[in-house]
Amino acid sequence: MTTHTRTGSEPGVDASVPVGGAVGRPVDRRDGNAKVTGAVRFSAEHHYPNLTYAMLVHATVARGTITRIDTTAAAAVPGVVAVLTHLNAPRIRPVRNHNIVRDLGPSVSGTSLDYLNTDQVFWDGQPIAVVVAETSAAANEAAPLVEVTYDPLPARVDFAAEQTNATPAKGDLTFAGRTKKGDAEKALAAAEVSVDLRYTTPGLQHNAIEPHATVAVWDGDHLTVHDTTQSINQTGRYLAWRFGVPASRVRVHAEFVGGAFGAKFAVWPGTVIAAMAAKAVGRPVRLALSRRAVSRATGGRTASTNRIALGATRDGRLTSLIQDSVTRTGSAGGLLEATTSPARHLYGAQNMLTRQNLVPMDLMPNTWLRAPGEAIGSFVLESAMDELAYELSMDPIALRLRNEPATDPTGGKKFSQRMQREAFERGAERFGWADRNPEPRSMRDGEWLVGMGTATAYHPVVRLVADVKVRLSDDGSALVQCGFHEMGMGAATVQAQIAADALGIAYEKVRVEYGDSALPSGPMAGNSNQTATVATSVLAACAELTRKVSALARRTGTTGQEPAAALRAARRPFIEASVGSATRFGALGSQSRFLTTFLKDQRWSKAARGAQFCEVRVNADTGELRISRWLGMFDVGRVINPKTAASQLRGAVVMGIGMALSEQSLIDPRNGRTMSAGLDSYYVPVHADIPPIDVDWLDEPDKTMPLGIIGLGEVGMTGVAAAVANAVHHATGKRIRDLPITLDKLL
Amino acid sequence: MKPFSYLSAPDTATALRTIADSEDVKFLAGGTNLVDLMREGIEHPATVIDITRLPLTGIEELPDGTIRVGALVTNSRLAADPLIRTRYPVLAKAILLGASAQLRNMATVGGNLLQRTRCMYFYDEASACNKRAPGSGCDAIGGFSRGSAVLGASEHCIATHPSDMAVALVMLDAVVEVESVHGIRHVPIAEFHRVPGDTPHIETALAADELITAIELPPVPAAAHSSYRKVRDRASYAFALVSVAAALAVEDGRITEVRLALGGVATKPWRAHIAEELLLGAEATDENFARAAAAELAPALPQSDNTFKIDLAQRTVVAVLRKLNAERSAS
Repeated sequence: MTTHTRTGSEPGVDASVPVGGAVGRPVDRRDGNAKVTGAVRFSAEHHYPNLTYAMLVHATVARGTITRIDTTAAAAVPGVVAVLTHLNAPRIRPVRNHNIVRDLGPSVSGTSLDYLNTDQVFWDGQPIAVVVAETSAAANEAAPLVEVTYDPLPARVDFAAEQTNATPAKGDLTFAGRTKKGDAEKALAAAEVSVDLRYTTPGLQHNAIEPHATVAVWDGDHLTVHDTTQSINQTGRYLAWRFGVPASRVRVHAEFVGGAFGAKFAVWPGTVIAAMAAKAVGRPVRLALSRRAVSRATGGRTASTNRIALGATRDGRLTSLIQDSVTRTGSAGGLLEATTSPARHLYGAQNMLTRQNLVPMDLMPNTWLRAPGEAIGSFVLESAMDELAYELSMDPIALRLRNEPATDPTGGKKFSQRMQREAFERGAERFGWADRNPEPRSMRDGEWLVGMGTATAYHPVVRLVADVKVRLSDDGSALVQCGFHEMGMGAATVQAQIAADALGIAYEKVRVEYGDSALPSGPMAGNSNQTATVATSVLAACAELTRKVSALARRTGTTGQEPAAALRAARRPFIEASVGSATRFGALGSQSRFLTTFLKDQRWSKAARGAQFCEVRVNADTGELRISRWLGMFDVGRVINPKTAASQLRGAVVMGIGMALSEQSLIDPRNGRTMSAGLDSYYVPVHADIPPIDVDWLDEPDKTMPLGIIGLGEVGMTGVAAAVANAVHHATGKRIRDLPITLDKLL
Repeated sequence: MKPFSYLSAPDTATALRTIADSEDVKFLAGGTNLVDLMREGIEHPATVIDITRLPLTGIEELPDGTIRVGALVTNSRLAADPLIRTRYPVLAKAILLGASAQLRNMATVGGNLLQRTRCMYFYDEASACNKRAPGSGCDAIGGFSRGSAVLGASEHCIATHPSDMAVALVMLDAVVEVESVHGIRHVPIAEFHRVPGDTPHIETALAADELITAIELPPVPAAAHSSYRKVRDRASYAFALVSVAAALAVEDGRITEVRLALGGVATKPWRAHIAEELLLGAEATDENFARAAAAELAPALPQSDNTFKIDLAQRTVVAVLRKLNAERSAS
């Protein structure tokens, strides 16, 4: 086990990465230079001859029927090509008839709603028309001129008021709505020490820097889309189905995505409507959503209310753990956010009861947002653990370590790796946890009350399946092809490092192609799966290629020379190896590989873990909250690239800080309208809110994963809000159980 | 955005003549607020007159010690000016706590005074707003009102004035110089901004054909020891929940001069006359600071989301005065 200091920026590494030594080096991101110089093109920036520009029109009631829609004024704006509504838009296959088994149906579309093919309105902000024009200015001018009359229906839009209408959630294959071990309520009542608390979290919005955008081009029944997606294959198959063309005729490009955080997994309205509009006007269409449109039409995180109760013996052994969580969905789709996930897997409580409850509301369908389930769940559980520690007069870390389970508390699976104790111990030492006077409101720096807090970070491992093709050319270069996604995390850089070492060639000789559905099909980029998923197939393809090259070397007597020597001796320009293929047979093979991997992974309880530490300052006069120090110590298996990994972890901590301090969807409880529909009213943290973030990891490969990789894109966000809330309590003596922790709660 | 005509005025006379002769005209200076509002469809002038070529960019000291600041001086330049920094630190600080460096580089003194509220219902065309659409109602009342006013509000509008700079100017008794084809007027800053009453769409004393040409800062010796404190929902880049501009002079423990103004809590930059009167001649103690602040906030009418501002404003006033007093004692 080694430790590295990764505070601040790492020095860049030049091209002299030694052969065989790419993995584990802090290689610069391959797309970094092109991005900062503006050379890359994002979805909205792809130009086609005859391109038209589209702008959405959104509903302004939460539930109802469109009784009249007058496009006369909009259509009269010079430059307007068409105004499409449910009255004249092309009819396409409805979502509801979509094959759920094959393509996940509504979960891919994010909604069961048939955009522009229905007069029904399911949420305020639902796209109900699109203006297509010769210029974006004309579309922008015309869109507000579409006049709509509704027959409104009563709408359920106030989450707080809907709590009593929540019903138990069924869950699915991977996540049960309810878990029960022993009799947790009875154990709670009998516990020597207990807490029984209520925590709430608000709805959140992703606000990736790049708003959703699509350029759609039809050529006969061939459809090309440049789309801001983190799931090119699902998007392509979905569009093919909706528009009734073979999947092979839909090509989806997403070479560069400007952040996604879950907002670009489902196929949101812009994608479908752009393709629909392009079909209707017979010209390419660019539909770039405004920030307000993104806020009102592309999902977001559910709000939650939670009862959490912990019972323990006087020496801190958990005898009862209960979490009852209520989250919402939309009336036209939405997801069960697994907010009880941390409660199920972190602590060895003798008795457990977790329940997920859902309330359908007439709001935009909710969707995945970085660490869905764990971001909320870790705030609830890890805040409550801190409260229990104070009830017990026990150090919060000691309480957690006392309840370290030997096997997974739910289901009893063995841990593939669990270094929670090491993360806390190493983190505490580095952070100076021992210097803390545990008494609340005991540390002060002038007008600022100072506090320190900690929390567990946790995110489970998911591995999907990827098809990969690797080609070695006689000039010594290699090409790796896989339709995975680069959303700013350094995905291509990392896979190039892996392939270079697997092939035994220099890092800079490896080219990687990705972000195109015509390539061998990659996984969606979500659930922190992509690096390990793609690596599994890259390693397999490289191993196959190496066998072929070795055989060729033996035949040509070039064994011991560089791999390409065998190709040159055999006069072969290149040699290839593949995992999976686009054929029907290949697709079946991919499915069977997925099942095999899935079942194999299911034998273990696998997760990324960590310990978050922070120091906060609260102004004694004004309640202003500042975070002055941060340390995240993580157990994330082997790290392929310390630079991109540190950046991912830090970025996730930043997002967690936003959740703790200021982010919240403002949905007007009177009418269901999202008022936080832009960065002017939805407060993401700014630079001045963020302290230097120290992140490090234990660097212990998970022996059950390829190269020991555990995905780390989300774990950094978990535990952050709890660590902040716990530090705030330490600073002020106040428990804030409702996020965000705004200053009025601290007066 | 609605198409509009764009004219660039070569001199002040032309600008004034053009606006006197036309309907539906807006002057464009830094554009940091107007262009946003046009993009959002809130403002839709038929004609925009670019005034950035006009010679209104000077900062000069007049014989009586007044500092005259041209209306087109950028916020950045004003905040960096040595005269301003030494005589009116409250003004430099207020400006620097507003917006971002990029915006301050573009935004002008005149434009800053005319910027419009950031009330989210004002910005949302689907919502009722008497400022945007007179007579339509006010959805901020009973809605998300964290940013809304507790002082100076009416049943027609509770929107706050967003400027930090103007709060300092109100504290300093600045005078706004405005010009039209009919001549030049000098408007005390306290009379420049209006409370909403039943005409929230009329926000200032500026007539439709007038242009702000300068602001004048009178000599205020006490302002050399002044401060601006801004409390908000982020460490930077957010409008004030509460801001306090203050200057304090104390002799033998008694307050001999005090100036106090509040931002973020009122429908216009708010001079705290009630508090000032109570403080003048009183002992400079936390108790007196708190009593004065409470008296100033006594008429406050909160909404459900912004009740805390009453407490926060008082706490901030006390903190600012306490600090000014402590600094003075230490120096």
